Amino acid sequence: MLKILGYPDKYSVAPGEAISFMVSSEDGEDYSASLVRVICGDANPEGPGLQHAPVKSSIESTYPGRKQDIDPGSYMRAAVPQLDTPTSFSLFAIVWPTLLKRDNQVLISKWDAASESGFKLFVTDNGQLTFVTADGGKSQSVALNVRMLERQWYHVHCSVDLDAGEIVLSQSPVHRYAFTDDEAAGRAALKVRPAFVGAPVHVAGCPAAGGRVDDHFDGKIDSPAVLRGVHAATTQAALSLRPIDNRLRADILAYWDFSIGIDTIDVTDIGDLGNHGSLHEMPVRGMKGWNWTGEFHRWTERPDHYGAVHFHHDDLYDAAWDVAFTLTIPDDLRSGNYAVRVANGENTPDETRDYYIPFFVRPARRSKGTQGKRDRIAFLAPTGAYMAYANHAEHITAAEAERTIGRLLQFGHTDIYMHQHPEVSGSLYDSRADGSGVCYSSRLRPVLNFTSQYHSWLGGHGSALWQYNADTHLLSWLEAKGFDFDVVTDEDLHADGVDLLDDYRVVLTGTHPEYYSTDMWNALKAWIDQGGRLMYLGANGFYWRIAFHKQLPGVIEVRRAEDGIRTWAAEPGEYYHSFTGELGGLYRRIGRAPNVMCGIGFVAQGFDMCSYYRRAPDAENPRAAFIFEGVDDEIIGDFGLIGGGAAGLELDCITTTLGSPPNTLRLATSENHTQAVMLVNEEFGVVPMNLGGDQNDKVRADLAFYETPAGGAVFSVGSISWCGSLPVNGFDNNVSRITENVLRRFADAAPFVPPESESD
Amino acid sequence: MAYRIDPDKDRPFIEEFRKNPIGHHSPGLMRVLNAMRFDAGDHKPILIVRKPFREWVLGVMPMDRTQPIVAEMDRVFTSREEAEWAMFCRRWEAHTGERLNMPFRTGDEERGSD
Repeated sequence: MLKILGYPDKYSVAPGEAISFMVSSEDGEDYSASLVRVICGDANPEGPGLQHAPVKSSIESTYPGRKQDIDPGSYMRAAVPQLDTPTSFSLFAIVWPTLLKRDNQVLISKWDAASESGFKLFVTDNGQLTFVTADGGKSQSVALNVRMLERQWYHVHCSVDLDAGEIVLSQSPVHRYAFTDDEAAGRAALKVRPAFVGAPVHVAGCPAAGGRVDDHFDGKIDSPAVLRGVHAATTQAALSLRPIDNRLRADILAYWDFSIGIDTIDVTDIGDLGNHGSLHEMPVRGMKGWNWTGEFHRWTERPDHYGAVHFHHDDLYDAAWDVAFTLTIPDDLRSGNYAVRVANGENTPDETRDYYIPFFVRPARRSKGTQGKRDRIAFLAPTGAYMAYANHAEHITAAEAERTIGRLLQFGHTDIYMHQHPEVSGSLYDSRADGSGVCYSSRLRPVLNFTSQYHSWLGGHGSALWQYNADTHLLSWLEAKGFDFDVVTDEDLHADGVDLLDDYRVVLTGTHPEYYSTDMWNALKAWIDQGGRLMYLGANGFYWRIAFHKQLPGVIEVRRAEDGIRTWAAEPGEYYHSFTGELGGLYRRIGRAPNVMCGIGFVAQGFDMCSYYRRAPDAENPRAAFIFEGVDDEIIGDFGLIGGGAAGLELDCITTTLGSPPNTLRLATSENHTQAVMLVNEEFGVVPMNLGGDQNDKVRADLAFYETPAGGAVFSVGSISWCGSLPVNGFDNNVSRITENVLRRFADAAPFVPPESESD
Repeated sequence: MAYRIDPDKDRPFIEEFRKNPIGHHSPGLMRVLNAMRFDAGDHKPILIVRKPFREWVLGVMPMDRTQPIVAEMDRVFTSREEAEWAMFCRRWEAHTGERLNMPFRTGDEERGSD
């Protein structure tokens, strides 16, 4: 089992800036911390092996260990001071439960955990709407005798009449079904008056001991409201009208309209008292409300149809661990891939007691045009993709996982920890416990697969690396070849735009730069169009559109809309990002197929074995001569630490109809893929009989090159496993030589002269 | 109904798998493996790393994440392929009732002769 872990408060930091680290020593053992530069995170003895260069720093010390916990679950909180003193009141909401097997799912509460006093309206594990009123040791529970159904909308209502001493509770389905008993109203004498504690109102949760918020609701909540006085269930219809009747309005203590500020975590009280609230741990906004008709699909067009928030007991934005130590990056620390190694003992077959908390040091920030050039070469760390895959747990949850990879699922200590700690929360590939897809992913939590030494179930037979750790094969190659390079990240690109790249001559991608915000996409494309030289050293890049939140750092959103390889699918009507209002989904579906960026686009995937490339006729084109200098081989990359070949896991090919430039050279093409490497679904309308690479010629990686009109160029390998071949034979092989040839030429200032037109 | 493993028709694929547990497989072996590698139950067989790239044991992962993963410590494998073969034999028996009393590698194969 993993005995120590942690995370940083940012993934990219510049010299002179501070970065903080959060650490949990699981059994409380004291631990040491030290700074290292990460050269290779692959423990495979067939490769370079783990390589971490020690770096002296101010954080190098021993620290007292303690276990830190995570309190997942999203909720809304708002102060309603008018309800701190005794008064009759009524509660309203329209709810859509999604996981009724869980007990005590609180819809609305005003509760003091220490004294166990207040009230809460909740749903039990058999779907019964229940109201509890409590004052110290005394409590009273009232429940309806019908059950809610999952994924059905219900009007719920509760009134507490202090004068008459009565509780009224009701639920009414929005859609009625024959022979379905899910509507009820009940009355009970009020035997225990609730204590009117000074606690805030919580929606979708309830304060618990130790400062936690527990008893979360799984499902959507629309239009929650608290009114002064006793109001009947029918009042809910009047609350839905605009403008709200003035007499009714006078009784509103709080009426939260989730359709306002969908791109924020702010919650607006549309009553007169201004009891606004906020959302915590990122419940999902931009969700269809109870009144969605199907007429509008974009929440910015009709926000009133999107008045629901989907809460989950396993949502998580910020693990909020206490800071263990903070490092101020020295001015002379070179840009690169770094980690803090924390260790609380020796590793054994039963325990892993060291952990690398990764981060990147970008070059010093500068005012535009005020400082000299940066280094010529930049590695663009795909932190958007790292965040998308953060704690990817399909090997734990997906029934098809073993079939998909063609071998047993391998679990290291970190995977076992992930299995036992679902509260670390899943990736954009996973689903919440209620079955809804995870569409937000944060880096403010332990990300167990974003670390040196981690070997991924998805990462190909052999080294089994994916994303961050796979990219260390490229970084170790850059080190071995003696290239000077900077490291910048996706988040830097999103924030800084094209200015981040403007004087880099070459940008190297990682092995799988799949997730791009619109700002990132625009910046990289602008840089290429201005003469930049892109080395796209992976596959399935520039594929999903993501969004960053404008208020909260370190969280991205994806909507798995309509098409693409999807482990879950967005609901109809929920294809637009809540963070930006943009249409989510594939870039291909908005006319920006990956081919437009890099000349090739996603065509196939399979995770058993990787294959090789065969030289194509364009390799003999004089324009490509520099690429093949010293490489006469017909077969390229029939070796590798990832799946045994340079062409595999995910594959891209040239498709001019999708935007591959007409001057693209097809230098080599992969072949001999297995049956398990299959065409991706956006490539066909009718499912073909020959999906697998053993029968379908479209299942291939193209090695591609083209020049741009501004004197720049793009080199694309079309395979995630390409970089896994770089270290083979001491970095001396034809994949390494081709990559080196391209990088040296791309780093040369001489412009690429566009090919002459045929008419010349 | 999806394909069910037929011990007579599928017998040739035993040897194909034993010789190459991870890699290119014939369509017939893929059909056998696809049948074997799906279990709708609430526990999944997994491979647990004891020493990275050196030692593994088989284990069982409960889909209920409140329950612990259980490792089978009685047999340590020194290659993934060897573990794949052990799991294949176990699944073959579960599907057909036949026990495969074949080592992963014969003495001759261990010595590198044909």
